[in-house]
Amino acid sequence: MSSLILPAVLNGLMMGAVYALIALGLTLIYGVLHIINFAHGSLLMLALYAAYFLFQHLGIDPYLAAVIVVPLFFGLGYALQRVVIAPMSAGSEQNVLLVTLALSLVIDNLALYFWTSNTRTVDVPYAYNTVEVFGAYLTLGRVIAFVAALVVAGLMWLFMTRTRTGAAIRAVAVEKRGAEIVGIDVGHTYAICFGLGTACVALAACLLLPTFYVTPQVGYTFVLVAFTTVVMGGMGSLPGALIAGLALGVIEALGGLFLGESLGQIGIFVAFILTLLFRPSGLLGRRPA
Amino acid sequence: MMRFASAGQVALVAIVVLYLAAVYVLPSQVWMGFTINALVVAIIALSWNVTGGFGGMSSFGHAAMYGTGAYASAVLQVQYGVNAWPAFAAGIVAGALMGAFIGALSFRYGLKGSYFALVTLAFAEVLRICASAFEITGAGRGLQLRLDPGLATLQFNSDRTLTYTLLLILVALVMALTAWIKYSRFGAYLVAVRENEDAARALGIDTYRVKVVAMAISGAFGGLAGVVYLQLWLFIDSAVVFGVAISVAALIGPIVGGAGTVWGPLIGTLGLHLLGEGAKTALHNAPGLNFVLYAIVLIVALRFLPQGLMGLAGRIGAFGRKGGSDA
Repeated sequence: MSSLILPAVLNGLMMGAVYALIALGLTLIYGVLHIINFAHGSLLMLALYAAYFLFQHLGIDPYLAAVIVVPLFFGLGYALQRVVIAPMSAGSEQNVLLVTLALSLVIDNLALYFWTSNTRTVDVPYAYNTVEVFGAYLTLGRVIAFVAALVVAGLMWLFMTRTRTGAAIRAVAVEKRGAEIVGIDVGHTYAICFGLGTACVALAACLLLPTFYVTPQVGYTFVLVAFTTVVMGGMGSLPGALIAGLALGVIEALGGLFLGESLGQIGIFVAFILTLLFRPSGLLGRRPA
Repeated sequence: MMRFASAGQVALVAIVVLYLAAVYVLPSQVWMGFTINALVVAIIALSWNVTGGFGGMSSFGHAAMYGTGAYASAVLQVQYGVNAWPAFAAGIVAGALMGAFIGALSFRYGLKGSYFALVTLAFAEVLRICASAFEITGAGRGLQLRLDPGLATLQFNSDRTLTYTLLLILVALVMALTAWIKYSRFGAYLVAVRENEDAARALGIDTYRVKVVAMAISGAFGGLAGVVYLQLWLFIDSAVVFGVAISVAALIGPIVGGAGTVWGPLIGTLGLHLLGEGAKTALHNAPGLNFVLYAIVLIVALRFLPQGLMGLAGRIGAFGRKGGSDA
């Protein structure tokens, strides 16, 4: 059994990096707009389909597809916030949660209608090649996802701390009114944030697709994991999301190893409930993005 | 017992009552079957209404109570051979306990708003995974009651009109209890908690107790909806009774119909089901499209009907009496 633990932990870390990337987008949106985006998982599902169809019809490799899918989803996120979420929620936090829930229902069920519930996968020849790390064999596709997710998390951090837009986002997150007074367009900044969060999820989708599958229901599974990651890491905290994402990947892998396939995911939800109950401000507490 | 604020509300309620009566004489049996399903959903909507409507505690996981009720009754009947009547009661009690348990844990640690919504969702997921993993709950196969129609087994599937009548009585009962909550001291406490919890506590209300009791009542209604579903279909499955579709149905009906009103959850649920059924017919049974429609109605209601259909009707021909939009 102990010989199985190291590979499980490493594989968990690989998956955890993707969880972290998805959660990064969600926590960015929360940290700035102070809203929980329930449609986050549905947007992931949509991006998975986008990458899938690009591969299927145009033969574009999923990793390469990121160049198309990520900007596209940045625009989609920007538009969603501007056209649907902000006007329809009428400024109430509870309503935002409900509006994004409704959005996820629309997206998921339209996907079910147009693309049926069939499970689809892409066949990339190299995706399941293995790499040996510390004596454990890891899937190449997962290793690429791991490295890319960490790089993007670093880039995101640089963007937030080193650029003018990043500074504007941080200003709006801390003091909306004050930011407005010094001439920052809050509505635009909010939408940029939503776009960035959606772009994160789109990139995660491109990294996931070679070693994963897509169905219209796949978003729901991920959105719960993403909520857990965000809450565990501290709502709005980028480093927190990264650490919590990696931790959850390991928890899930070990849960699957010791409790079996059907009960494996329960570790994530138990971690979620315990965090919400005992430490709702998250492992790293509340800090501005 | 009911107090209506306007002619519009009286008219709206009259339409619903007329429809429910008309189902008896409508030629097609399809209408009755469809309305039976809608009434089961109306019970879980009324359950959500107690906490989400009066108490302002919006749950995203009411399937937790629904499924607990259904599974408690099914496990007792299938695994332990308990008679359907005590099992029915046990399902309601189990739902109430689950509601109180989730409420006590969440409110003990001060969860509210979106955090409360998410924790209820997580509880429903944990229960779903457990129910699909353990042998006593039928694991992945679900639980099947033995077909044995009769009063002793609470199985009336052979007589659709009787099933419909019994469901109408149950819904009326739950609505009467809802009305009692609304006009009782407890209901006033609950609304006070919704409007301003700090102020309510400052006035000496034990807000923690009020919220947990509300969750227990809501859980009892939710458990009832679950056992009714079980007795109707004689089969339950973790993905269905703990599924997110139940949790969504529980909150959409009241929000569209009017949260925190007695008639709102029933009106909203029936209206949405009629709309969904109409769309299904028009679009040749396209899967999932009724949920797209529900979601769009939800978004529109959130934006334009803050008090739901009951609130809208309340503005038509107001009686000009004190008490605001009621009923």
